[in-house]
Amino acid sequence: MNKMVKSIREAIQLAGLKDGMTVSFHHHLRNGDFVLNMVMNEIAELGCKDIFVNASSLFDVHMPLLDHIENGVVTGISADYISAGLGRAFSQGVLEKPVQFRTHGGRPSDISQGNTPIDVAFIAAPAADPMGNCSGKYGKSACGSLGYAFADAMFAKKVIVITDNLMPYPLQDWSISEDWVDFVVTVDAIGNPKGIVSGTTQITRDPVGLVMAAHAAKVIEHSGLLKDGFSFQTGAGGASLAAAKFLKDIMLEKKIQGSFGLGGITGYMVDMLQAGCFRNLMDVQCFDLKAVESIRNDPRHMEISAMQYASPASRSAVVDSLDVVILGATEIDTDFNVNVHTDSNGYIMGGSGGHSDTAAGAKLSMIIAPMFRARLPIVTDKVTCVSTPGKDIDVLVTQGGIAVNPKNVELTQRLKDAGLPIVDIRELKEKTERITGTPQRLPKGDRVVAEVIGRNSQLQDVIYNVL
Amino acid sequence: MRRSMLFLPGNNPNMLINGNCLGSDAVIFDLEDAVSPAEKDAARILVRNTMRYMDFGGCEIIVRINSIDTPYWKQDIDAILPEKPALILLPKTGSAQDALEADAYITQVEEKLGFARNTVGLMPLIETAMGVENAYAIASSTKRVQALFLGAEDLTADLQCKRTKEGKEIEYARTRLVVAARAAGVDVYDTPFTDVNDDEGIVKDAEYAKALGFTGKSSISPRHVEVINAVFSPTQKDVDYAYEVMEAIALAKQQGKGAIALHGKMIDAPIVTRAQRTIDMAEALGMRRGN
Repeated sequence: MNKMVKSIREAIQLAGLKDGMTVSFHHHLRNGDFVLNMVMNEIAELGCKDIFVNASSLFDVHMPLLDHIENGVVTGISADYISAGLGRAFSQGVLEKPVQFRTHGGRPSDISQGNTPIDVAFIAAPAADPMGNCSGKYGKSACGSLGYAFADAMFAKKVIVITDNLMPYPLQDWSISEDWVDFVVTVDAIGNPKGIVSGTTQITRDPVGLVMAAHAAKVIEHSGLLKDGFSFQTGAGGASLAAAKFLKDIMLEKKIQGSFGLGGITGYMVDMLQAGCFRNLMDVQCFDLKAVESIRNDPRHMEISAMQYASPASRSAVVDSLDVVILGATEIDTDFNVNVHTDSNGYIMGGSGGHSDTAAGAKLSMIIAPMFRARLPIVTDKVTCVSTPGKDIDVLVTQGGIAVNPKNVELTQRLKDAGLPIVDIRELKEKTERITGTPQRLPKGDRVVAEVIGRNSQLQDVIYNVL
Repeated sequence: MRRSMLFLPGNNPNMLINGNCLGSDAVIFDLEDAVSPAEKDAARILVRNTMRYMDFGGCEIIVRINSIDTPYWKQDIDAILPEKPALILLPKTGSAQDALEADAYITQVEEKLGFARNTVGLMPLIETAMGVENAYAIASSTKRVQALFLGAEDLTADLQCKRTKEGKEIEYARTRLVVAARAAGVDVYDTPFTDVNDDEGIVKDAEYAKALGFTGKSSISPRHVEVINAVFSPTQKDVDYAYEVMEAIALAKQQGKGAIALHGKMIDAPIVTRAQRTIDMAEALGMRRGN
């Protein structure tokens, strides 16, 4: 049996791609990805039209998609996250049908349940063998985990592996197994290593960020959850990383060994593993070189699929065993609903990613955000877009105080007893507006440019065009 | 209570409006070294408006104006005094005469504003060899002086020596300032530790300053504030001992004795004074008696 084909074009043809079909991509190569653009160019040259692109995330490196939209090659998009450049175009209404936003757990859930069938999945593989066993851990384009690609590989009708590092069969320590793969293609490069992972992720030096991080670490310390077996996820933002550093100091001082660190993994989480703060890391995506090296060399650092990470359709998902998650927000309202999809002008500049999934699963989900950015307050009466419902958010940490969702009576008392500056979220809003003034609501357009689909596969909110 | 004082550049709105969130007991809005001559007026207005419109709660506001040998200092006082800063930090104070000159102008402005005399305190910044030698005269020059403040960067330049982390070159100035300030009955604050990435160095430096008798320490980095606060706060052991001292002395009074032993040591007036100071600080910090 020979799965090797000469070119992406030949693989597409062999896979039987036709007008109106759905193709899928994963985003581990992030802003260094070449694969989506290479594939979409071939699809366009083959004359296909009306293609639906289901990508786990889209970055500005994927701006050529806009040409394919203009030419009618692409007519539908689903993604869990869309970065600001593409987001702006979608907010201006370049796509006739609304963009579908899912979560990192909702996407594989919908794929596995047949709600969003994939005709052809393209797996960008930093290492693969001729039968399609592939891994993200080896090669010049190494990205570490391939967690988001599993559902695509398992459930797509046809699966094409694209690699720039063909290894002899059998590839040891594969992530995605040959039994799901139809074709293998080699190319010169699947991505630009500089855009795939950052060299290092840095904790913030901003004093306000450090104050918030210190508050966040203290909230965790006094939450009652920080004990042996503790589990934790944090993002790659500067303040979140600083919080992880402060948390590490507390865990080492108190000799607490956690069970696992979860998520997109940074070098800081690797430091915590190596310092003995956790027994394991469970990794759906690596953010930096240190994380890639760790997942390659340290058996305690384990790759997980997005289904195991966060899918509500799974028999169990890791987020359901998670104690604490630290998350960000562009806006949060007085009912604790969080927006991570749009910026202050209403333009799409992000998406839930794992935000809603981890918030729903974790025992304590904490937002770190400054009281205001530039001159705009972060706490508002009603968010522009509900990315994560307020019922799943427990605490908001700002430099001006900590607001606890009133549903958490016991936690509020614990934090007050610890002497932390607890404020009512409405007071926090008023306090901020005394500095910034009360901004007028932006007028929104009358056309829905994106649908935010909750992790339960139901429509949660919509995003309108920007006038 | 001023354990920590944090310098914030007077021309940085983001730092100024977040100044009350950074954990220091006091902030020093800087109109001097942090601000270039071209921005002096803008910074002055920014600092004035920050003080006018922002609520700093329990965080005390100090303003470092420009020195009296510049054309800016009177305009600084004119703009800032109506907002009632707790203290004016007067850079390059070299003699009692310098302090008196500032005092005279502040008095004049206070009168214009209808403020009681000495509403706004003065904290001479001692950062020249002459200032160190005149420290006691400066500290006792006017009732407006509430504290002395050591500035080691300019001082070492004036001494023509290198500023080091160990700080041997400022040893004399530190002890001289503590003695002068205490002799004059005012507080005394230590110079910032300038390596913002040396987490161990700041602890050692703050502990050393406390051991010499400084009331508190200034900082140019928010990262140092927590350490400084911790070093200049009483420990639980200090607080518990202070309560024991006060109980022992109360018992002595009851028994008509002038002095009494506690844990085999005689308790006398200076120990009682120190214990009362510790209890006052503990109460201000919300610390309770342990065992």
